[in-house]
Amino acid sequence: MADIRNYTLNFGPQHPAAHGVLRLVLEMDGEVVQRADPHIGLLHRATEKLAETRTWVQSVPYMDRLDYVSTMCNEHAYCLGVEKLLQLEVPERGKYIRTMFDEVTRILNHLLWIGCHALDVGAMTMALYTFREREDLMDAYEAVCGARLHAAYYRPGGVYRDLPDRMPQYRESTWTSAKKAKELNDNRSGSLLDFLEDFTDRFPKYHAEYHTLLTDNRIWKQRLVHVGIVSPERAMQLGFTGAMLRGSGIAWDLRKKQPYAAYDKVDFDVPVGVNGDSYDRYLVRMEEMLQSNRIIKQCIAWLRANPGPVITDNHKVAPPNREAMKSNMEELIHHFKLFTEGIHVPPGEAYAAIEHPKGEFGIYFVSDGANKPYRMKIRAPGFAHLAAMDEMAKGHMLADVVTIIGSQDVVFGEIDR
Amino acid sequence: MDALMNFGQGIFGGAWPAVWTLIKIVLIVAPLMLGVAYLTYFERKVIGFMQVRIGPNRVGPWGLIQPIADGLKLLLKEIIVPSGSSKAVFVIAPMLAIAPALAAWAVIPFTDTLVLANIDASLLYILAITSMGVYGVILSGWASNSKYAFLGAMRSAAQMVSYEIAMGFALITVLMIAGTLNFVDIVDGQNKGMFADMGLGFLSWNWLPLLPMFLVYLISGTAELNRAPFDIAEGESEIVAGFHVEYSGMAFALFFLAEYANMILVAALTSLLFLGGWLSPVGFLPDGIWWMFAKMSFVLFLFLWFRATFPRYRYDLLMRLGWKVFLPLCFFWVIIVGAWMISPLNIWN
Repeated sequence: MADIRNYTLNFGPQHPAAHGVLRLVLEMDGEVVQRADPHIGLLHRATEKLAETRTWVQSVPYMDRLDYVSTMCNEHAYCLGVEKLLQLEVPERGKYIRTMFDEVTRILNHLLWIGCHALDVGAMTMALYTFREREDLMDAYEAVCGARLHAAYYRPGGVYRDLPDRMPQYRESTWTSAKKAKELNDNRSGSLLDFLEDFTDRFPKYHAEYHTLLTDNRIWKQRLVHVGIVSPERAMQLGFTGAMLRGSGIAWDLRKKQPYAAYDKVDFDVPVGVNGDSYDRYLVRMEEMLQSNRIIKQCIAWLRANPGPVITDNHKVAPPNREAMKSNMEELIHHFKLFTEGIHVPPGEAYAAIEHPKGEFGIYFVSDGANKPYRMKIRAPGFAHLAAMDEMAKGHMLADVVTIIGSQDVVFGEIDR
Repeated sequence: MDALMNFGQGIFGGAWPAVWTLIKIVLIVAPLMLGVAYLTYFERKVIGFMQVRIGPNRVGPWGLIQPIADGLKLLLKEIIVPSGSSKAVFVIAPMLAIAPALAAWAVIPFTDTLVLANIDASLLYILAITSMGVYGVILSGWASNSKYAFLGAMRSAAQMVSYEIAMGFALITVLMIAGTLNFVDIVDGQNKGMFADMGLGFLSWNWLPLLPMFLVYLISGTAELNRAPFDIAEGESEIVAGFHVEYSGMAFALFFLAEYANMILVAALTSLLFLGGWLSPVGFLPDGIWWMFAKMSFVLFLFLWFRATFPRYRYDLLMRLGWKVFLPLCFFWVIIVGAWMISPLNIWN
């Protein structure tokens, strides 16, 4: 009798569902996965090492390149870490702006996730619908910092500048007629806050569209329900955080448990799953988008009513304003020192973590008092999630591996760092 | 017409019937290939519209030359034969895929007189020929010597076998009530009955009395075509491109042509068997070939709509649907139709 052996299937790194550069070596028995072995490191850029040779502020844009779909949240964790070492208080308005943009980022991330997840499962229209909404939020990014993806907006001590009073406008071009441009500029006529408010009013309608397309779709349910089940105990042992942990039924959310920025002052709920399967994680993330929408609304109301500084006035950390620098010796010295040497952070160590769209994103610093970190360690949520791939995929079919990758919401920028 | 026949007879003599058949074949295949090209354009435009984007609009006015440009590009590209492949089979497989897709058109009538071969066993012929299409898929997957292609081929084989049965049963009910295997007669049979006499022909077509079978046929047809949501043989996000992952250039284009020619074929069959072919839906409008094309376009639009809407089935779920849902339903409905036909309520005599 012939010897029946399992075969190995090389899944990625060049694969449509590899979410970048995931390489899985799958041991298969026919269509059934016996063992899934994720190989990582194909996007490794030594961010942690690079940070050791750059001043504290210079590393902020590197954070954008970690999880490149939720850039501002990465910066937030970094800035919180530096502020913890400096024992620096961020102005209230800065905190609210950070909260608002963290939630904008969360919606951006989840929109990309649901689009790609649905695309992996075969419903390709979702991806294009979510990108329509992402476009609006990207415009908000662009208005506030000039970049649509790699923001570099947060700074240790606050945010780089206050919210703008006007939005970037569409101009007439070969592809955009004057009428079309006017139409597109319709909700861009006011300030950034007006624009975001308009978006938060529209978003629940879009959100309902996604539910119509997917939530009760029989095929979608058949593909997701009971796929990649993780029990609550196992989820904690594996170091899951974020929606992966909440999908398994554990109500753990750093925004509630260890409030940072203005999260203790806004009202929101934490959705929790029951079965710990892909479908529950899907529902949890869907609901998180609505909660983020709620938080954004509250932040907009507060920000409208409370003008003020957005970055600390400690000029050892944040640059003085331009006018003062030009007319005042003290400020000039501060400016010069800040832009040549950078911030000096007192010796010590600190760990700061935030509820990143993907889970607990933490930065651990060791400082020796120099103008650079002595060591920086990044705690990426996706790393722990991907490590559970074998356990989640075992015994499922090849198509389920794709579902599980989608429901883990992995992005290789942060896993490989 | 007679003048043409005499003219041809004069030039070709005894070979004229063969030449005349060849001319007719060209007259069917050439518009079919054009139809395939513009079906891809139609698909990209329709799905683009559903996905809030515009689709091709660069090549020619409204992008109308795009399919031609795509075809030219594929023609000029190199056909890469993988070094580990079984070369002869690798080259033959795409031909095996396209040949049945074209051969099946021999018996498709466009009106009651416009048909290449009006044979009595036309439905049987269609079933026999379309079953051959799976060989192209299986052989290509096997010959590629790639695990992804092989998985795609295995999936495709299992899928085709399962859905052929459900499809066959759906057709059996049509046969039962039509009492013939000839397409022209099947269509003519749909033109009588209570509603047809009232001038509401579309209600007397087979889709209404055989509604469950119509749906089974439409869904099985989608599955036979490997179209979304049953495109597990291609499975873009799982097995990359499935059976044709190693193909490039014109070899790939042949698979593509076969898929789209089959789509048009299934659309034609659906309109003939269930939607009354060239019959006019209402009494006061004349019958004609345009109705046939309108119905085919409608069915094709459905295929595209499915693709833009549904997530993909998983392999085992697909099998379950075929064997555990469609097959029992078909058995059951064949019996019901049989009982209906011998009961006094019979509407098909």
